[in-house]
Amino acid sequence: MAIVHIPALLHSLTGDVRKLEVEGRTVGDLIDQLELLYPGIRDRLVENGHLRSGLAIFVDGMVRREALEYEVPPGSEVLFVPAVAGG
Amino acid sequence: MAAKVHVTATLNGEPVEFLCEPRQSLLEVLRDELKLTGSKEGCNNGNCGACSVILDGLLVDACIVLGAEIDGCTVETIEGLMGSDGLHPLQQTFLENAALQCGICTPGFIMAGKALLEKNPQASEGDIRHWCAGNLCRCTGYDKIVRAIMDAEPQLEVKK
Amino acid sequence: MNPTQTMAPAQTEVEQKYKVIGTRPIRHDGVDKVTGRAVYGADVQLPGMLHGKVLRSPHAHANIKSINTAKAEALYGVKAVMTAADFPDSGSRTANLGELGEVPLKPMCDNVMASDKAVYHGHAVAAVAATSPHIAEEALGLIEVEYEVLPPVMDVLKAMDEDSPLVHEDLYTDELGEKSAKPSNVASHTRHVKGDLSQGFAAADHVLEREYRCATVHQGYIEPHAATAMWNPDGYLTMWVTTQGAFTVRTSVHQILDIPVSKLKVIPTEIGGGFGGKIPVYGEPVAAVLSRKARRPVKVVMDRTEVFQATGPTSGSYVKLKMGVTNQGRITAAETMLAYEAGGYPGSIVALGGICMFAPYNIDNTTIDMYDVVVNKPKTAAYRAPGAPNSEFAVECMLDEFCERLGLDPMEIRLLNGAKEGDIQSHGIPHPRIGCIETTEAARDCEHYQTPLEGPNRGRGVASGYWVNAGLTSSVTARLNGDGTVTLQEGSTDIGGTRTSIAMQLAEVLGIPVEDVVPSVVDTDSVGYTEVTGGSRVTFATGWAAYNAGQAIKSQLIEQAADLWKVDKDQVSLADGVITTTNGDSRSMTIKELAADLSQKGIDVGSRETVTPQNHGGAYATHVVDVEVDPDTGKVTILRYTAVQDAGRAIHPSYVEGQMQGGVVQGIGWALNEEYFYNEDGLLMNSSFLDYRMPTSLDLPMIETIIVEVPNPGHPYGVRGVGEVPIVPPQAAISNAIARAVGVRLGDLPMSPQTVVKALSAKS
Repeated sequence: MAIVHIPALLHSLTGDVRKLEVEGRTVGDLIDQLELLYPGIRDRLVENGHLRSGLAIFVDGMVRREALEYEVPPGSEVLFVPAVAGG
Repeated sequence: MAAKVHVTATLNGEPVEFLCEPRQSLLEVLRDELKLTGSKEGCNNGNCGACSVILDGLLVDACIVLGAEIDGCTVETIEGLMGSDGLHPLQQTFLENAALQCGICTPGFIMAGKALLEKNPQASEGDIRHWCAGNLCRCTGYDKIVRAIMDAEPQLEVKK
Repeated sequence: MNPTQTMAPAQTEVEQKYKVIGTRPIRHDGVDKVTGRAVYGADVQLPGMLHGKVLRSPHAHANIKSINTAKAEALYGVKAVMTAADFPDSGSRTANLGELGEVPLKPMCDNVMASDKAVYHGHAVAAVAATSPHIAEEALGLIEVEYEVLPPVMDVLKAMDEDSPLVHEDLYTDELGEKSAKPSNVASHTRHVKGDLSQGFAAADHVLEREYRCATVHQGYIEPHAATAMWNPDGYLTMWVTTQGAFTVRTSVHQILDIPVSKLKVIPTEIGGGFGGKIPVYGEPVAAVLSRKARRPVKVVMDRTEVFQATGPTSGSYVKLKMGVTNQGRITAAETMLAYEAGGYPGSIVALGGICMFAPYNIDNTTIDMYDVVVNKPKTAAYRAPGAPNSEFAVECMLDEFCERLGLDPMEIRLLNGAKEGDIQSHGIPHPRIGCIETTEAARDCEHYQTPLEGPNRGRGVASGYWVNAGLTSSVTARLNGDGTVTLQEGSTDIGGTRTSIAMQLAEVLGIPVEDVVPSVVDTDSVGYTEVTGGSRVTFATGWAAYNAGQAIKSQLIEQAADLWKVDKDQVSLADGVITTTNGDSRSMTIKELAADLSQKGIDVGSRETVTPQNHGGAYATHVVDVEVDPDTGKVTILRYTAVQDAGRAIHPSYVEGQMQGGVVQGIGWALNEEYFYNEDGLLMNSSFLDYRMPTSLDLPMIETIIVEVPNPGHPYGVRGVGEVPIVPPQAAISNAIARAVGVRLGDLPMSPQTVVKALSAKS
């Protein structure tokens, strides 16, 4: 069980639900669960089986490069944030 | 291509002889023919001062002097600054003041500082800022460079 | 002359705690750099080396119909000519950019050399290698290119218009995986939402809505790009490059040329400034292909015009901002739209502008819409705190306008709203421990701010800035020598003294003088993977790797001494370069003595370390500036400037001051003079240092610095990045100072003399 924050551009798909508790072992599992609730959301987050390019996964404030494979500790907060490169 | 020109000059206290194309700048001659790469090219049109050298006592941008023009002249570059007793006081004060970050403008600033302090051994902050306006530095904001040149003044005085 | 102050809350404690950290040793590469011996990109000379030059598009936007290189190839002294056709087909290939994921390779290849269309003035279209640079230049004039000239689009808002000319016919707007129905210059739109805007604005007593614009500006490093390539017949390619990241060059060239990384070695030369602009590749793959074709080493060095036309600038931008505050100055809501120019290919740094924009403040209700927009300008690159100055300029100017209207002190409004640890940022991530409050307090209390400013047409401005910083991956290899010194090989190119600030952290662990650590920046075959010198991350992350190496050497030395003394290693300790027993038998020896013994026995002591730390902390700064405006000419003179910044822990205070001073002065240039001038055909009209006016020593006073130290709990010594944030506050600080001096608020950068005069005459 983790708290998933829905990216603002997908609020239209969730009826303005911004965050919710979702069951799942990995980030990929969480997205599968979201897809059951909000059909179409997976294709916005996942591309060719990988996290969509340009997105990063933050779990409890830390970037997780394992992305969809990352095992989410129970109760943690998961965010999808546009990935950025520094200068 | 025009025939090469034969040039004899004094470079950092030593006689030097070279052939160059009439279109080659002094900077190209120093870097490509004489392999003295301490003078840097930042703009190649006299706006940044990274190639500052002293020609017959005058501070010039080597990129806008032709190599052929220095026949019979005396040229000082960064490579000639260190004496038998070690670093020149300006080189030392640049290090002590952390007056360089990337270091690409440093040879030009040190040559500019040398030319200034030879003319005006007690240059004020304002004098230094005015004189060095022809040398661009993008890293330091000039603060520590100005301090380094001021710090070298008493040391140069002692050296005399 | 004003003194440079260092104000560290725990200074005395720090002085007692550390022997090396906080001191100001002379940099290890210093003598090379003051004697002209250091080898920079263009200084590389190889036997038989050729000189490469690049032919560039004279048009801002044009289809390339044909290129005929026959006449150039026939010129005496020309050894190779290339076009984009010499690159492997990039059509369906992708590049892996790490955290940015898989991206199509074609835009990256096309930016290095245009294959089908030129999308900015100065876009590379062909290249020549010849026995001298002059012959190469002559040959460029013999290459015949047939163009079909297209109308350019040069402004971010015009590019967003439905009827704008399209930079790329096949570009569609991406909104998190959803593509627009029609092609567009808007490459992407993203959004962050926090709280409820309507509630937030309802709670406000005052609301302002304004527009802010930044012109396109360049990093302005003094050393032009330079790359030398030697492609051997056995397929091994060696490159000497001035770059912020040797491994990044290796990855990029590997991807563009489709050759194995194992056959590619990148040797970083000294680098004459980068500021983010020396991360992308330009001439590197070109030099490589020319070398392969000519079977000789080839050096490609840009001239200044090429640097301006075809590399780096940061995004020109449009920002619309609406903010609400209470009568007391508490910010209740902020809504913004950011549109950043990406240049000729998608990928501006608008996302960073969005993340940093409201980060200095705790605001409950925010919405940020970000647009990445292509225009017919060079592909933008990172520039010191990339994206942050453009967006934070808007917030900092508007806060000052609120202060003036409500009679609030600019420091107090920042303290009232200042972000603290745990506050949720506008993109949903909580703040780590940051020094917003401590830094603002130090600025409020400093002598400059406490001294009244007097005189006509003079004004004082205040602004703050935030930068996110970065961690990323860094590696070092450290080895103990027989004389007790330590060689330290690192992958981070050194742009401002980081050899020394990294070495100091290793020296501190072992308690040896920093002069006994011998650092060198090595090639991609000689150290572990290391990401770019950028994101203010080198002293933080590579320093951490060096710290770990020091710890590893320390425990190896303790084990060896325990072995020698036949005691348990728990009964041995190392401090200040001396190893002693702690069991009361008072045996001791210096590291030097033990090193000599181990060396004789052939025992190797050393360590390889790779770190990818994430707890980089945020950087925060508050600046105070006094200006005088000449009402007749519009010239703005900087009378006094003080920069106050949280450094976490200042490893080498002189270098921290230097970063602050340098960042301030780049910000002053951005504020007052610097901008790209394009004519109506989209041609760049000021591609020289004479016409692109960067600050000179004559334009400036001394830049006073106050270092605040709120240690970053995420680093063994408390370091946080310091290099970038100082470029963020100056633009708004100066705009606010001009407003206080002459009563006009300027929201468009630069605030050049003509802009100031125009605003003054509009006011009267």
